[in-house]
Amino acid sequence: MKYLLLSLAALLASSAVLADEGEAILEEQCASCHALKGPAAQTVEELWQRKGPDLFYAGSKYNREWLEKWLLKPRRLRPAGYHYMQHIKPGKKRDMIDVSTLQPHPSLSAKAAREATEALMKLKAPASLVSAGAFKGGSISISFGEMVFDKFNGCMACHQIEPDYGGLSGPEVYTVAKRYQADYLVSFISDPQAWNPKAPMPNKHVAAANIQKLVQYLQALAKENWDEK
Amino acid sequence: MKNKCFSWLMFALLAMGSSAAWSTSAEDNYKNFCWQCHGMAGNGMGVNVQDMSVQPRDHTSAKAMGGRSDADLFKVIKQGGLAIDKSVLMPPWGDSLSDEEIRDLVKYLRKLCKCG
Ligand code: HEC
Ligand code: HEC
Ligand code: HEC
Repeated sequence: MKYLLLSLAALLASSAVLADEGEAILEEQCASCHALKGPAAQTVEELWQRKGPDLFYAGSKYNREWLEKWLLKPRRLRPAGYHYMQHIKPGKKRDMIDVSTLQPHPSLSAKAAREATEALMKLKAPASLVSAGAFKGGSISISFGEMVFDKFNGCMACHQIEPDYGGLSGPEVYTVAKRYQADYLVSFISDPQAWNPKAPMPNKHVAAANIQKLVQYLQALAKENWDEK
Repeated sequence: MKNKCFSWLMFALLAMGSSAAWSTSAEDNYKNFCWQCHGMAGNGMGVNVQDMSVQPRDHTSAKAMGGRSDADLFKVIKQGGLAIDKSVLMPPWGDSLSDEEIRDLVKYLRKLCKCG
Protein backbone atom coordinates (compact mmCIF):
# COMPACT_ATOMS: atom_id res chain seq x y z
CA MET A 1 0.00 0.00 0.00
CA LYS A 2 2.78 2.37 0.96
CA TYR A 3 4.54 1.52 -2.31
CA LEU A 4 1.38 2.19 -4.29
CA LEU A 5 0.97 5.62 -2.72
CA LEU A 6 4.59 6.43 -3.29
CA SER A 7 4.51 5.46 -6.95
CA LEU A 8 1.25 7.36 -7.39
CA ALA A 9 2.87 10.45 -5.94
CA ALA A 10 5.88 9.94 -8.22
CA LEU A 11 3.59 9.65 -11.25
CA LEU A 12 1.74 12.86 -10.39
CA ALA A 13 5.00 14.64 -9.75
CA SER A 14 6.43 13.52 -13.10
CA SER A 15 3.65 15.05 -15.23
CA ALA A 16 4.02 18.29 -13.29
CA VAL A 17 7.77 18.07 -13.81
CA LEU A 18 7.22 17.63 -17.54
CA ALA A 19 5.36 20.94 -17.75
CA ASP A 20 7.85 22.64 -15.38
CA GLU A 21 10.76 21.52 -17.52
CA GLY A 22 8.78 22.74 -20.52
CA GLU A 23 8.29 26.17 -18.97
CA ALA A 24 12.02 26.41 -18.37
CA ILE A 25 12.69 25.55 -22.03
CA LEU A 26 10.22 28.20 -23.19
CA GLU A 27 11.80 30.86 -20.97
CA GLU A 28 15.37 29.98 -21.92
CA GLN A 29 15.10 29.09 -25.60
CA CYS A 30 11.95 30.70 -26.98
CA ALA A 31 11.14 33.91 -25.08
CA SER A 32 13.84 35.89 -26.93
CA CYS A 33 11.71 35.66 -30.10
CA HIS A 34 8.17 34.77 -28.97
CA ALA A 35 5.82 36.54 -26.54
CA LEU A 36 4.77 34.04 -23.86
CA LYS A 37 2.54 36.65 -22.19
CA GLY A 38 -0.05 39.01 -23.63
CA PRO A 39 -1.10 41.44 -24.82
CA ALA A 40 -0.43 41.34 -28.57
CA ALA A 41 1.45 44.24 -30.21
CA GLN A 42 -0.76 47.33 -30.40
CA THR A 43 1.17 49.29 -33.05
CA VAL A 44 2.94 48.44 -36.31
CA GLU A 45 6.31 49.43 -34.84
CA GLU A 46 5.77 47.26 -31.78
CA LEU A 47 4.81 44.33 -34.02
CA TRP A 48 8.01 44.67 -36.07
CA GLN A 49 10.08 44.32 -32.86
CA ARG A 50 8.69 40.81 -32.34
CA LYS A 51 10.96 38.22 -33.89
CA GLY A 52 8.36 35.43 -34.05
CA PRO A 53 4.57 34.95 -33.79
CA ASP A 54 2.99 35.26 -30.32
CA LEU A 55 2.72 32.02 -28.36
CA PHE A 56 0.76 33.23 -25.34
CA TYR A 57 -2.44 31.54 -26.59
CA ALA A 58 -0.71 28.46 -28.07
CA GLY A 59 -3.02 26.04 -26.22
CA SER A 60 -6.08 27.49 -27.98
CA LYS A 61 -4.37 27.61 -31.37
CA TYR A 62 -2.27 24.54 -32.16
CA ASN A 63 -3.07 20.89 -32.60
CA ARG A 64 -0.88 19.22 -29.99
CA GLU A 65 0.27 16.40 -32.27
CA TRP A 66 1.40 18.78 -35.02
CA LEU A 67 3.12 21.09 -32.56
CA GLU A 68 5.29 18.37 -31.01
CA LYS A 69 6.27 17.00 -34.43
CA TRP A 70 7.09 20.44 -35.83
CA LEU A 71 9.31 21.37 -32.89
CA LEU A 72 11.36 18.23 -33.59
CA LYS A 73 11.79 19.13 -37.23
CA PRO A 74 10.58 22.68 -37.97
CA ARG A 75 10.10 23.79 -41.57
CA ARG A 76 9.14 27.15 -43.03
CA LEU A 77 5.45 28.12 -42.86
CA ARG A 78 5.68 31.71 -44.09
CA PRO A 79 7.40 31.75 -47.50
CA ALA A 80 8.59 35.33 -46.95
CA GLY A 81 9.49 34.83 -43.27
CA TYR A 82 8.40 36.92 -40.31
CA HIS A 83 7.83 39.83 -40.97
CA TYR A 84 7.50 39.67 -44.74
CA MET A 85 8.59 43.33 -45.22
CA GLN A 86 11.94 42.58 -43.58
CA HIS A 87 12.75 39.77 -46.05
CA ILE A 88 11.98 41.15 -49.52
CA LYS A 89 14.02 43.05 -52.10
CA PRO A 90 13.19 44.76 -55.38
CA GLY A 91 13.43 42.44 -58.45
CA LYS A 92 13.24 42.93 -62.22
CA LYS A 93 9.55 42.12 -62.63
CA ARG A 94 8.37 42.28 -59.01
CA ASP A 95 9.66 42.28 -55.43
CA MET A 96 11.36 38.99 -54.55
CA ILE A 97 11.95 37.10 -51.31
CA ASP A 98 15.49 37.69 -50.08
CA VAL A 99 16.23 34.08 -49.16
CA SER A 100 19.64 34.99 -47.75
CA THR A 101 17.93 36.74 -44.82
CA LEU A 102 15.79 33.74 -43.80
CA GLN A 103 17.06 31.66 -40.86
CA PRO A 104 16.11 28.04 -40.11
CA HIS A 105 13.96 27.66 -36.95
CA PRO A 106 15.69 26.15 -33.88
CA SER A 107 14.71 22.50 -33.29
CA LEU A 108 14.30 20.51 -30.07
CA SER A 109 15.17 16.95 -28.99
CA ALA A 110 12.29 14.45 -28.64
CA LYS A 111 12.22 14.92 -24.86
CA ALA A 112 12.40 18.72 -24.99
CA ALA A 113 9.73 18.86 -27.74
CA ARG A 114 7.37 16.86 -25.54
CA GLU A 115 8.04 19.08 -22.53
CA ALA A 116 7.74 22.34 -24.46
CA THR A 117 4.49 21.14 -26.10
CA GLU A 118 3.11 20.23 -22.67
CA ALA A 119 3.84 23.76 -21.40
CA LEU A 120 2.59 25.50 -24.57
CA MET A 121 -0.75 23.67 -24.53
CA LYS A 122 -1.40 25.14 -21.07
CA LEU A 123 -1.36 28.71 -22.47
CA LYS A 124 -5.03 29.36 -23.25
CA ALA A 125 -6.77 32.33 -24.84
CA PRO A 126 -9.70 33.89 -22.96
CA ALA A 127 -13.03 32.20 -23.75
CA SER A 128 -14.30 35.51 -25.15
CA LEU A 129 -11.86 35.12 -28.08
CA VAL A 130 -12.51 31.53 -29.07
CA SER A 131 -15.44 29.33 -28.19
CA ALA A 132 -15.53 25.55 -28.34
CA GLY A 133 -17.83 24.44 -31.14
CA ALA A 134 -17.42 27.60 -33.25
CA PHE A 135 -16.66 25.26 -36.16
CA LYS A 136 -19.82 23.33 -36.93
CA GLY A 137 -18.25 20.52 -38.98
CA GLY A 138 -19.27 19.46 -42.48
CA SER A 139 -17.28 19.23 -45.68
CA ILE A 140 -16.89 20.89 -49.07
CA SER A 141 -15.28 19.91 -52.38
CA ILE A 142 -11.84 21.38 -53.04
CA SER A 143 -13.06 23.00 -56.28
CA PHE A 144 -16.02 24.80 -54.65
CA GLY A 145 -13.89 25.68 -51.63
CA GLU A 146 -11.30 27.24 -53.90
CA MET A 147 -14.01 29.48 -55.44
CA VAL A 148 -15.00 30.73 -51.99
CA PHE A 149 -11.36 31.25 -50.95
CA ASP A 150 -10.06 32.81 -54.16
CA LYS A 151 -12.83 34.23 -56.39
CA PHE A 152 -15.32 35.42 -53.75
CA ASN A 153 -12.95 36.55 -51.00
CA GLY A 154 -9.55 37.12 -52.59
CA CYS A 155 -7.70 35.22 -49.86
CA MET A 156 -5.26 33.64 -52.33
CA ALA A 157 -3.61 37.02 -52.98
CA CYS A 158 -1.55 36.51 -49.80
CA HIS A 159 -1.68 32.75 -49.19
CA GLN A 160 -0.37 29.70 -51.04
CA ILE A 161 -3.10 27.05 -51.53
CA GLU A 162 -0.52 24.52 -52.74
CA PRO A 163 3.27 24.54 -52.83
CA ASP A 164 4.40 27.29 -55.23
CA TYR A 165 0.89 28.57 -56.01
CA GLY A 166 -0.60 31.71 -54.45
CA GLY A 167 0.57 34.73 -52.47
CA LEU A 168 3.75 34.79 -50.41
CA SER A 169 3.27 37.34 -47.64
CA GLY A 170 1.00 35.21 -45.42
CA PRO A 171 1.53 31.69 -44.03
CA GLU A 172 0.85 28.72 -46.37
CA VAL A 173 -2.76 27.63 -45.89
CA TYR A 174 -2.68 24.16 -47.44
CA THR A 175 -1.43 22.72 -44.14
CA VAL A 176 -3.04 25.20 -41.75
CA ALA A 177 -5.94 22.95 -40.67
CA LYS A 178 -3.41 20.31 -39.66
CA ARG A 179 -1.52 22.89 -37.61
CA TYR A 180 -4.36 24.84 -35.98
CA GLN A 181 -7.59 23.98 -34.18
CA ALA A 182 -10.76 24.47 -36.28
CA ASP A 183 -12.41 26.73 -33.66
CA TYR A 184 -9.33 29.00 -33.71
CA LEU A 185 -9.51 29.22 -37.52
CA VAL A 186 -13.17 30.33 -37.37
CA SER A 187 -12.33 32.96 -34.76
CA PHE A 188 -9.18 34.26 -36.50
CA ILE A 189 -10.75 34.60 -39.96
CA SER A 190 -13.82 36.32 -38.43
CA ASP A 191 -11.67 38.90 -36.63
CA PRO A 192 -7.88 38.76 -37.20
CA GLN A 193 -7.43 42.07 -35.33
CA ALA A 194 -8.86 40.59 -32.13
CA TRP A 195 -5.79 38.31 -32.06
CA ASN A 196 -3.19 40.54 -33.65
CA PRO A 197 -4.39 44.17 -34.11
CA LYS A 198 -1.74 45.09 -36.72
CA ALA A 199 -1.43 41.78 -38.61
CA PRO A 200 -1.12 42.49 -42.34
CA MET A 201 -4.28 40.40 -42.84
CA PRO A 202 -7.53 42.32 -43.40
CA ASN A 203 -10.91 41.59 -41.82
CA LYS A 204 -12.83 40.80 -44.99
CA HIS A 205 -16.19 40.65 -43.19
CA VAL A 206 -16.96 37.21 -44.54
CA ALA A 207 -20.52 36.07 -43.69
CA ALA A 208 -20.65 33.48 -40.89
CA ALA A 209 -21.87 30.69 -43.20
CA ASN A 210 -18.97 31.31 -45.59
CA ILE A 211 -16.45 31.24 -42.76
CA GLN A 212 -17.62 27.69 -42.06
CA LYS A 213 -17.08 26.90 -45.77
CA LEU A 214 -13.59 28.42 -45.70
CA VAL A 215 -12.58 26.25 -42.75
CA GLN A 216 -14.11 23.17 -44.44
CA TYR A 217 -11.95 24.02 -47.45
CA LEU A 218 -8.79 24.40 -45.33
CA GLN A 219 -9.54 20.99 -43.83
CA ALA A 220 -10.00 19.44 -47.28
CA LEU A 221 -6.64 20.91 -48.36
CA ALA A 222 -4.91 19.58 -45.24
CA LYS A 223 -6.07 16.02 -46.06
CA GLU A 224 -4.01 15.98 -49.27
CA ASN A 225 -0.63 14.38 -48.84
CA TRP A 226 1.57 17.32 -49.86
CA ASP A 227 4.83 15.59 -48.99
CA GLU A 228 4.28 13.02 -51.71
CA LYS A 229 3.42 15.50 -54.46
CA MET B 1 6.92 68.06 -2.48
CA LYS B 2 5.72 64.51 -2.51
CA ASN B 3 2.57 65.72 -4.18
CA LYS B 4 4.49 67.50 -6.88
CA CYS B 5 6.52 64.38 -7.65
CA PHE B 6 3.34 62.40 -7.84
CA SER B 7 1.67 64.76 -10.27
CA TRP B 8 4.78 64.75 -12.46
CA LEU B 9 4.66 60.97 -12.47
CA MET B 10 0.98 61.03 -13.40
CA PHE B 11 1.71 63.47 -16.18
CA ALA B 12 4.52 61.28 -17.55
CA LEU B 13 2.35 58.20 -17.39
CA LEU B 14 -0.53 59.95 -19.12
CA ALA B 15 1.79 61.22 -21.83
CA MET B 16 3.11 57.71 -22.38
CA GLY B 17 -0.37 56.25 -22.45
CA SER B 18 -1.62 58.70 -25.02
CA SER B 19 1.46 58.25 -27.22
CA ALA B 20 0.42 54.61 -27.62
CA ALA B 21 -2.82 55.87 -29.12
CA TRP B 22 -1.01 58.16 -31.56
CA SER B 23 -1.36 57.06 -35.11
CA THR B 24 1.42 55.37 -37.05
CA SER B 25 3.02 57.27 -39.95
CA ALA B 26 1.67 56.64 -43.44
CA GLU B 27 5.12 55.32 -44.47
CA ASP B 28 5.04 52.59 -41.83
CA ASN B 29 1.42 51.67 -42.50
CA TYR B 30 2.11 51.50 -46.25
CA LYS B 31 5.07 49.21 -45.57
CA ASN B 32 3.15 46.92 -43.22
CA PHE B 33 -0.11 46.62 -45.15
CA CYS B 34 0.39 47.71 -48.79
CA TRP B 35 3.91 46.63 -49.84
CA GLN B 36 2.84 42.97 -50.08
CA CYS B 37 0.78 43.78 -53.22
CA HIS B 38 1.59 47.33 -54.35
CA GLY B 39 5.34 46.80 -53.92
CA MET B 40 8.23 48.41 -52.06
CA ALA B 41 8.32 51.14 -54.72
CA GLY B 42 4.52 51.50 -54.85
CA ASN B 43 4.58 50.53 -58.54
CA GLY B 44 2.11 47.64 -58.25
CA MET B 45 4.85 44.98 -58.36
CA GLY B 46 4.62 43.47 -54.87
CA VAL B 47 5.93 40.10 -53.75
CA ASN B 48 2.40 38.61 -54.08
CA VAL B 49 1.53 39.57 -57.66
CA GLN B 50 2.69 36.52 -59.63
CA ASP B 51 -0.54 34.50 -59.22
CA MET B 52 -3.00 37.41 -58.86
CA SER B 53 -5.72 37.62 -61.54
CA VAL B 54 -6.02 41.44 -61.29
CA GLN B 55 -2.84 43.49 -60.93
CA PRO B 56 -2.59 45.97 -58.05
CA ARG B 57 -2.72 49.65 -59.06
CA ASP B 58 0.58 51.40 -59.84
CA HIS B 59 0.50 54.12 -57.16
CA THR B 60 3.38 55.99 -58.82
CA SER B 61 1.41 56.57 -62.03
CA ALA B 62 -0.32 59.95 -62.30
CA LYS B 63 -2.36 58.50 -65.16
CA ALA B 64 -3.68 55.53 -63.15
CA MET B 65 -4.28 57.55 -59.97
CA GLY B 66 -5.17 61.03 -61.19
CA GLY B 67 -8.81 60.28 -62.02
CA ARG B 68 -9.76 59.49 -58.43
CA SER B 69 -11.00 61.98 -55.84
CA ASP B 70 -9.62 61.89 -52.29
CA ALA B 71 -13.04 60.65 -51.16
CA ASP B 72 -12.81 57.67 -53.55
CA LEU B 73 -9.30 56.82 -52.35
CA PHE B 74 -10.45 57.00 -48.72
CA LYS B 75 -13.41 54.75 -49.51
CA VAL B 76 -11.40 52.08 -51.36
CA ILE B 77 -8.77 51.88 -48.59
CA LYS B 78 -11.37 51.66 -45.83
CA GLN B 79 -13.94 49.41 -47.53
CA GLY B 80 -11.95 47.59 -50.22
CA GLY B 81 -12.15 47.25 -54.01
CA LEU B 82 -15.76 46.02 -54.08
CA ALA B 83 -16.98 49.31 -52.55
CA ILE B 84 -16.01 51.18 -55.75
CA ASP B 85 -16.86 48.32 -58.16
CA LYS B 86 -13.26 47.16 -58.32
CA SER B 87 -11.62 43.80 -57.60
CA VAL B 88 -12.14 41.88 -54.34
CA LEU B 89 -8.34 41.47 -54.37
CA MET B 90 -8.01 45.02 -53.04
CA PRO B 91 -8.81 44.37 -49.33
CA PRO B 92 -10.76 46.59 -46.89
CA TRP B 93 -8.48 48.02 -44.18
CA GLY B 94 -11.13 49.69 -42.00
CA ASP B 95 -10.52 47.27 -39.11
CA SER B 96 -6.75 47.75 -39.21
CA LEU B 97 -6.42 51.54 -39.61
CA SER B 98 -8.09 54.55 -37.99
CA ASP B 99 -9.83 57.12 -40.23
CA GLU B 100 -7.00 59.52 -39.44
CA GLU B 101 -4.40 56.99 -40.60
CA ILE B 102 -6.39 56.40 -43.80
CA ARG B 103 -6.51 60.16 -44.48
CA ASP B 104 -2.71 60.23 -44.03
CA LEU B 105 -2.40 57.35 -46.51
CA VAL B 106 -4.46 59.27 -49.08
CA LYS B 107 -2.01 62.19 -48.75
CA TYR B 108 0.88 59.74 -49.04
CA LEU B 109 -0.60 58.27 -52.26
CA ARG B 110 -0.88 61.79 -53.70
CA LYS B 111 2.83 62.23 -53.07
CA LEU B 112 3.66 58.88 -54.73
CA CYS B 113 1.69 59.69 -57.91
CA LYS B 114 2.59 63.38 -57.89
CA CYS B 115 -1.06 64.03 -58.72
CA GLY B 116 -3.30 66.29 -56.67
C1 HEC C 1 15.46 33.29 -33.39
C2 HEC C 1 14.08 33.51 -33.08
C3 HEC C 1 13.25 32.30 -32.66
C4 HEC C 1 13.46 31.45 -31.62
C5 HEC C 1 14.63 31.43 -30.63
C6 HEC C 1 12.32 30.56 -31.59
N1 HEC C 1 11.46 30.86 -32.60
FE1 HEC C 1 9.71 29.94 -32.99
N2 HEC C 1 9.47 31.09 -34.67
C7 HEC C 1 10.31 32.09 -35.07
C8 HEC C 1 9.88 32.59 -36.36
C9 HEC C 1 10.54 33.69 -37.17
C10 HEC C 1 8.74 31.83 -36.71
C11 HEC C 1 7.93 31.91 -38.01
C12 HEC C 1 8.43 30.78 -38.90
C13 HEC C 1 7.64 30.57 -40.15
O1 HEC C 1 6.49 30.99 -40.22
O2 HEC C 1 8.16 29.95 -41.10
C14 HEC C 1 8.50 30.91 -35.62
C15 HEC C 1 7.45 30.01 -35.58
C16 HEC C 1 7.14 29.21 -34.49
C17 HEC C 1 5.95 28.40 -34.38
C18 HEC C 1 4.84 28.32 -35.41
C19 HEC C 1 4.06 29.57 -35.31
C20 HEC C 1 2.86 29.66 -36.20
O3 HEC C 1 1.78 29.78 -35.66
O4 HEC C 1 3.00 29.64 -37.41
C21 HEC C 1 6.01 27.76 -33.17
C22 HEC C 1 4.98 26.83 -32.58
C23 HEC C 1 7.25 28.15 -32.55
N3 HEC C 1 7.92 29.03 -33.38
C24 HEC C 1 7.70 27.71 -31.31
C25 HEC C 1 8.95 27.98 -30.79
C26 HEC C 1 9.47 27.38 -29.57
C27 HEC C 1 8.72 26.39 -28.71
C28 HEC C 1 10.74 27.88 -29.40
C29 HEC C 1 11.73 27.56 -28.30
C30 HEC C 1 12.13 26.18 -28.23
C31 HEC C 1 10.99 28.82 -30.50
N4 HEC C 1 9.90 28.83 -31.31
C32 HEC C 1 12.16 29.55 -30.65
C33 HEC C 1 11.41 32.55 -34.38
C34 HEC C 1 11.98 31.93 -33.29
C1 HEC D 1 -3.38 41.09 -47.53
C2 HEC D 1 -2.90 39.76 -47.30
C3 HEC D 1 -3.89 38.75 -46.74
C4 HEC D 1 -5.15 38.45 -47.20
C5 HEC D 1 -5.91 39.09 -48.34
C6 HEC D 1 -5.61 37.35 -46.38
N1 HEC D 1 -4.66 37.01 -45.45
FE1 HEC D 1 -4.77 35.49 -44.12
N2 HEC D 1 -3.00 36.06 -43.30
C7 HEC D 1 -2.19 37.06 -43.77
C8 HEC D 1 -1.06 37.22 -42.88
C9 HEC D 1 0.07 38.22 -43.06
C10 HEC D 1 -1.22 36.26 -41.84
C11 HEC D 1 -0.33 36.06 -40.61
C12 HEC D 1 -0.97 36.80 -39.48
C13 HEC D 1 -0.18 36.83 -38.22
O1 HEC D 1 1.03 36.60 -38.23
O2 HEC D 1 -0.79 37.15 -37.18
C14 HEC D 1 -2.43 35.53 -42.16
C15 HEC D 1 -2.92 34.46 -41.42
C16 HEC D 1 -3.97 33.65 -41.81
C17 HEC D 1 -4.34 32.41 -41.19
C18 HEC D 1 -3.57 31.72 -40.07
C19 HEC D 1 -3.71 32.38 -38.80
C20 HEC D 1 -2.42 32.40 -38.03
O3 HEC D 1 -2.50 32.61 -36.82
O4 HEC D 1 -1.33 32.22 -38.60
C21 HEC D 1 -5.45 31.93 -41.84
C22 HEC D 1 -6.21 30.65 -41.55
C23 HEC D 1 -5.79 32.89 -42.85
N3 HEC D 1 -4.87 33.92 -42.81
C24 HEC D 1 -6.88 32.79 -43.72
C25 HEC D 1 -7.27 33.78 -44.61
C26 HEC D 1 -8.54 33.80 -45.31
C27 HEC D 1 -9.62 32.76 -45.18
C28 HEC D 1 -8.54 34.94 -46.07
C29 HEC D 1 -9.66 35.47 -46.94
C30 HEC D 1 -10.90 35.75 -46.25
C31 HEC D 1 -7.26 35.60 -45.86
N4 HEC D 1 -6.52 34.88 -44.97
C32 HEC D 1 -6.86 36.76 -46.51
C33 HEC D 1 -2.41 37.82 -44.90
C34 HEC D 1 -3.59 37.84 -45.64
C1 HEC E 1 -3.95 41.71 -51.44
C2 HEC E 1 -3.31 42.67 -52.31
C3 HEC E 1 -3.49 44.15 -52.00
C4 HEC E 1 -3.12 44.81 -50.84
C5 HEC E 1 -2.46 44.22 -49.61
C6 HEC E 1 -3.46 46.19 -51.06
N1 HEC E 1 -4.02 46.35 -52.29
FE1 HEC E 1 -4.65 48.11 -53.11
N2 HEC E 1 -5.22 47.13 -54.81
C7 HEC E 1 -5.05 45.79 -55.05
C8 HEC E 1 -5.55 45.47 -56.38
C9 HEC E 1 -5.55 44.09 -57.04
C10 HEC E 1 -6.03 46.69 -56.94
C11 HEC E 1 -6.66 46.89 -58.32
C12 HEC E 1 -8.16 46.72 -58.24
C13 HEC E 1 -8.81 46.78 -59.59
O1 HEC E 1 -8.22 47.34 -60.51
O2 HEC E 1 -9.91 46.24 -59.71
C14 HEC E 1 -5.80 47.70 -55.92
C15 HEC E 1 -6.15 49.04 -56.08
C16 HEC E 1 -5.89 50.02 -55.16
C17 HEC E 1 -6.22 51.43 -55.36
C18 HEC E 1 -6.86 52.03 -56.58
C19 HEC E 1 -8.35 51.91 -56.61
C20 HEC E 1 -8.89 52.57 -57.84
O3 HEC E 1 -9.30 51.87 -58.75
O4 HEC E 1 -8.84 53.80 -57.93
C21 HEC E 1 -5.80 52.08 -54.23
C22 HEC E 1 -5.91 53.57 -53.96
C23 HEC E 1 -5.21 51.11 -53.34
N3 HEC E 1 -5.29 49.87 -53.94
C24 HEC E 1 -4.65 51.41 -52.12
C25 HEC E 1 -4.11 50.47 -51.25
C26 HEC E 1 -3.55 50.79 -49.95
C27 HEC E 1 -3.39 52.19 -49.39
C28 HEC E 1 -3.17 49.61 -49.40
C29 HEC E 1 -2.57 49.39 -48.02
C30 HEC E 1 -3.30 49.97 -46.90
C31 HEC E 1 -3.48 48.54 -50.34
N4 HEC E 1 -4.05 49.10 -51.43
C32 HEC E 1 -3.24 47.19 -50.12
C33 HEC E 1 -4.50 44.86 -54.18
C34 HEC E 1 -4.04 45.13 -52.91
